[in-house]
Amino acid sequence: MHNLLTVSNLTMHFPVRGGVIPRQVGAVKAVDGVSLHIGPGETLGLVGESGCGKSTLGKAVVRLLKPTSGSIEFNGTDITKMSQRALRPLRRDFQMIFQDPVESLDPRMSVRSIIEEPLLIHKIGSRSDRVRMVNELLDRVGLPSSAAERYPFEFSGGQRQRIGIARALALKPKLIVCDEPVSALDVSIQSQILNLLVELQRELGLSYLFIAHDLSVVKHVSDRVAVMYLGKIVELAPSESIYRDPRHAYTKALLSAIPSTDPNASRERILLEGEIPSPIDPPRGSAFGHRIKHPRYDETIGMDLSLREIKPGHWVAADPCCVSADDWKKLSLQK
Amino acid sequence: MNDPKQSLLVVDKLITSFDTDRGFLRAVDQVSFSVPAGGTVGIVGESGCGKSVTAMSIVRLLPQPAGKIIGGHVWFKGEDLLRADDDRMRKIRGGEIGVIFQEPMSALNPLHRIGRQVAEVFLLHRNISKNDAWDQALAMLKLVGIPAPEKRMMEYPHQLSGGMRQRVVIALALACRPSLVIADEPTTALDVTVQAQILDLMARLRSEMNMSMMLITHDLGVVAENCDEVVVMYAGRVVEKGPVSEIFAKPLHAYTRGLLRSMPTLESKPKSLLPVIPGMVASLGEHVHGCRFCQRMGIAASELRERPALIEITPGHWVENCPRCLGGEH
Repeated sequence: MHNLLTVSNLTMHFPVRGGVIPRQVGAVKAVDGVSLHIGPGETLGLVGESGCGKSTLGKAVVRLLKPTSGSIEFNGTDITKMSQRALRPLRRDFQMIFQDPVESLDPRMSVRSIIEEPLLIHKIGSRSDRVRMVNELLDRVGLPSSAAERYPFEFSGGQRQRIGIARALALKPKLIVCDEPVSALDVSIQSQILNLLVELQRELGLSYLFIAHDLSVVKHVSDRVAVMYLGKIVELAPSESIYRDPRHAYTKALLSAIPSTDPNASRERILLEGEIPSPIDPPRGSAFGHRIKHPRYDETIGMDLSLREIKPGHWVAADPCCVSADDWKKLSLQK
Repeated sequence: MNDPKQSLLVVDKLITSFDTDRGFLRAVDQVSFSVPAGGTVGIVGESGCGKSVTAMSIVRLLPQPAGKIIGGHVWFKGEDLLRADDDRMRKIRGGEIGVIFQEPMSALNPLHRIGRQVAEVFLLHRNISKNDAWDQALAMLKLVGIPAPEKRMMEYPHQLSGGMRQRVVIALALACRPSLVIADEPTTALDVTVQAQILDLMARLRSEMNMSMMLITHDLGVVAENCDEVVVMYAGRVVEKGPVSEIFAKPLHAYTRGLLRSMPTLESKPKSLLPVIPGMVASLGEHVHGCRFCQRMGIAASELRERPALIEITPGHWVENCPRCLGGEH
């Protein structure tokens, strides 16, 4: 299958300045060697805890950030180093939805101007065309056309998120990066927005990079799921497979930590010690092996811990601290 | 739920109003429930349902001057907290009732070292020397699992991670070994693996100290795994309450059923459409007649007159007796 988005070995480092005469003393390795791809009409879920670099990765993919190294290929075009001017015509094809629908909408603009703005920037349609297009977009996301003349503060969180989605749809994009689109919403509103995203994808053939910290939400909307820990993807597999048969210790811990509403469910909770280490000074070997103080941690220093295919379509970090002994045998043979 | 005499805390027909630009809004509208000694009760609902205002009313920490308790009783160990004077309330808060809030940073003073803040609780509530208070603070930080507590005592809140800060807040709340802890979204700001650590810690301390807990959350999973009983609130009212095992297995009210169904679970089929509750969370009013959830479901106001009464379906399982909400019409 021809990929819409191909990310290879992407890194995104932020300089850390310090000292009496400020100079770079280190770097935050927010994204550290990530490779992934998304096909047309596909959703790739990206899950991880705060500070793991998932939002940074999302922003780098749509070139809101300039990657430190690696490459991003969109629809066959390498956009990694393109200037903002050269990117502009391509931006029609990839859009973003943000977590906080309050901060991502300009409070001084009417809903109509917010949704119309991308059309104006890309000089699409006459004035009357644009009026019609905005009304259609509002209808598409389940808002009345009377909403167009109102202002963001007049709407609830769920409705604001619908406005954000309408704006993202205005240019008929192929890919939408959704960064925690439902985390700020109430339970009953969250399901409305998730359904809207699923329906839009079915009708318009959109691709999503769906970023969230909630594994049950990510699993629900995604074809494949990537689990990120401290700047690296540690496991990547089809949704069903990652839930039924997780292979990485971190994925297992994440799954076991989700509270279940089934009072009869009996699952063994894996309680992790400690918290995510700082990406400024990450452990030199396996980051998760370091957190769980695994006896084989020392072996992983300097080892290639990149993803390997453990079974068709199911990739896991080749890390002796984080996979079972059997899996490690198979993975080390592949090296 | 239980015989009020056996309960540690009995909230009885509590009514709390806010004086706003839109007039008086009833945030809590005749809410009743009880917390038995040694038991854990979860209060669930969406934003604006009145769950936090209920907690703030119990410990009398409502925003002033807007918030007013206009009716009901809060019986704590046989004493009506709504009639207690301010001195008595200061003794109770932090002494017999510990309170944990969602955002640990706002519960800690950024200008004072951790050690001083924890020791202060002992100085306020126990008649002991500064040195003893310091030692007890250190013991408390050890108890809540803070590594290198001697070092942490000398640090400021901003030097700690979110999970560590929440542990300090728990240490503050539990310092005087209260008989009741009120925890308002204690893990909402935390990552899921850290949430699991904190909930595990709270369960352990609860059984060690034989405390009761009132846990307020929007996360039904957290309630299912940590509580004996659950109170479901909607638009300032209790729509259903009872034992967790029963309500999660057999929810009766349309709102409870809707909430449970609309959550994506690990078992649900990827990219399937979830059952939804249409509309949005009700806004509050002064006197609202009829069933609030029917209003959300678009039933005409003219059809809604009487507020449905709570009825006991099976022992301890109460639900708002609205024929539409119980009959599966929504």
